[in-house]
Amino acid sequence: MGQKITIEPVTRVEGHGKVTIHLDNEGKIEQTRLHIVEFRGFERFVQGRPYWEMPVLVQRLCGICPVSHHLAAAKALDVIVGAGTGEGLTPTGEKMRRLMHYGQMFQSHSLHFFHLASPDLLFGIDSDPLKRNVIGVALEYKDLAVQGVMMRKYGQEVIKATAGKKIHGTGAIPGGINKHLTEEERDYLLHGNEYMNIDKMIGWAQDALEFFKEYHKKNTAVIDGFAEFPSSYLSLVRKDGALDLYHGVLRAVDTEGKKILHDVDYQEYNKYIDEEVKSWSYMKFPYLKEIGKTNGWYSVGPLARLNTADFIDTPLAQKEFEEFRSYNNGKPSNRPMHAHWARLIEILHSAEKIKQLLNDPDLMEGELVTKGTKKYEGVGLIEAPRGTLFHHYKIGENDMITMANLIVSTTNNNQPMNIAVNQVAVKVMTGKKEITEGMMNAVEVAIRAYDPCLSCATHALGKMPLEFEIYNASEQLIERKYRG
Amino acid sequence: MTSEKRILIYGYGNPGRQDDGLGVLLAERIEKWAAEEGLKGIVTDSNYQLNLEDAEAISGYDTVIFADASQEDIADYLFSPLVPSASVEFTMHAVSPAFILHLCHEAFNRFPDTYLLHIKGYSWEFMNNMTPPAKINLEKAVEFVKAFLKS
Repeated sequence: MGQKITIEPVTRVEGHGKVTIHLDNEGKIEQTRLHIVEFRGFERFVQGRPYWEMPVLVQRLCGICPVSHHLAAAKALDVIVGAGTGEGLTPTGEKMRRLMHYGQMFQSHSLHFFHLASPDLLFGIDSDPLKRNVIGVALEYKDLAVQGVMMRKYGQEVIKATAGKKIHGTGAIPGGINKHLTEEERDYLLHGNEYMNIDKMIGWAQDALEFFKEYHKKNTAVIDGFAEFPSSYLSLVRKDGALDLYHGVLRAVDTEGKKILHDVDYQEYNKYIDEEVKSWSYMKFPYLKEIGKTNGWYSVGPLARLNTADFIDTPLAQKEFEEFRSYNNGKPSNRPMHAHWARLIEILHSAEKIKQLLNDPDLMEGELVTKGTKKYEGVGLIEAPRGTLFHHYKIGENDMITMANLIVSTTNNNQPMNIAVNQVAVKVMTGKKEITEGMMNAVEVAIRAYDPCLSCATHALGKMPLEFEIYNASEQLIERKYRG
Repeated sequence: MTSEKRILIYGYGNPGRQDDGLGVLLAERIEKWAAEEGLKGIVTDSNYQLNLEDAEAISGYDTVIFADASQEDIADYLFSPLVPSASVEFTMHAVSPAFILHLCHEAFNRFPDTYLLHIKGYSWEFMNNMTPPAKINLEKAVEFVKAFLKS
């Protein structure tokens, strides 16, 4: 074993990860791994709890995307309370949940682009890390920074109006939703004020897309040539093949766009998907059973969704989707940095959907909950901002949870992130005498493209150092660096 | 102070992780107390962690107190003026109050008097119950904030 470099934690991703890059004596990359070093064990913690607690309890998995867990759990419990597997809710129940979800997608994607990704694009991967953050953006591109903040806020206001509060919302309940949208809430979200109205959000989403496309034109090599590798892609799609972030069937395509999972019912996901455990990570490695452990891995998230869907059912996002697909000759894009492009198209789509829903009278009146015959097992899937999220529960006669299996989006992206990290490490570090901050950031840029969420949903002052270590061929520590 | 200024008490943390919820509980206690006392102009808010949009949220206040659990080597609680900082945070999960304040200055051109209240915590497991010494620290911090707001 040669030199070892450890980057811990990775900056500007959600949570705590560690990258180790092992170099041989010639400076060539032997191996690169993204380690997930935290253990949460939620699948065990929830056993023995009443099933109706799940939509609120599982939000504590993550302070970043609690809404996704809230909705995925609620969808699984819809099955258990006999409200169907996705099409059984009342129009009000489904549309309120969709509004909540599009609000979550809008705010989460906006956060990622403006706060986490844009500093790399605006200032360059090699730029001063003290400048390469949202404060730097605010200093030099004030309008962009303000837009990012206000888009985040708008999404959070949508969540508050549908879930009842910003965190630990209670809106989605087994079988439906617990509130209507009020006239006041609707009017605020439609026409609130100069900065807080849906038309402004749609305009800003379009501006962000233009910003990215202009950057892409000028920096084609950075966006197209960064860590490209073939992958399969998995996501929900609507039954007619449209992009659907809330509900649908499971589809996977290979790197050429050929279907390898044929729009199957996700209630039977474990017929098609299994998870492999590896000794060096707490995170599992999912794969398609039919293809096998070695080659059956896949990517999820914005890029995967645009690679699997046939079309988008909102006009502005559809126009952008056509441009995206045309650029890639109608085939899946295998370029991780295109995830930023895809994410921006989804921001626009989410804003269009929010506007459609806010003008729908079903949100303000009608039955909230569907009741049916109890079942003892249910699966809920949703396209979370970072990709497909699986919640699977079984209950006993006393209504307590007896089994829970969660496959979170970042877990689905485990193998592709490892491959991307290795690609970049080989490209920027091979043969170099010194590992610079810029090289380290290049590795992290590859990870950030997947917007991984490794969050442990806790924090405390003084808890989070940032360091990486360099070891020589004899495994002796020769350098330790701190950042942040 | 309370009759003229708009004041925000913002507690953040995860009440599902024992003492990590100290800041949130402080905000809840102050909200109840302010209502009982009939104090105007005091607003409370809480969240898992600070987010980018909090820069805009604090821009509408004259005085802001961020309250959070702390693992630092302090006796019970520590109250200090907050100095803005542009230092890079390693995750959005840990956006610091200093970072939020700096973003408030740069993006919104507002300069609220801002303080940080660290409350000493001891345990961070997946449980709702705070540790006994953390409860004592919370009581002390609540009394301090009440006195500060009345001064």
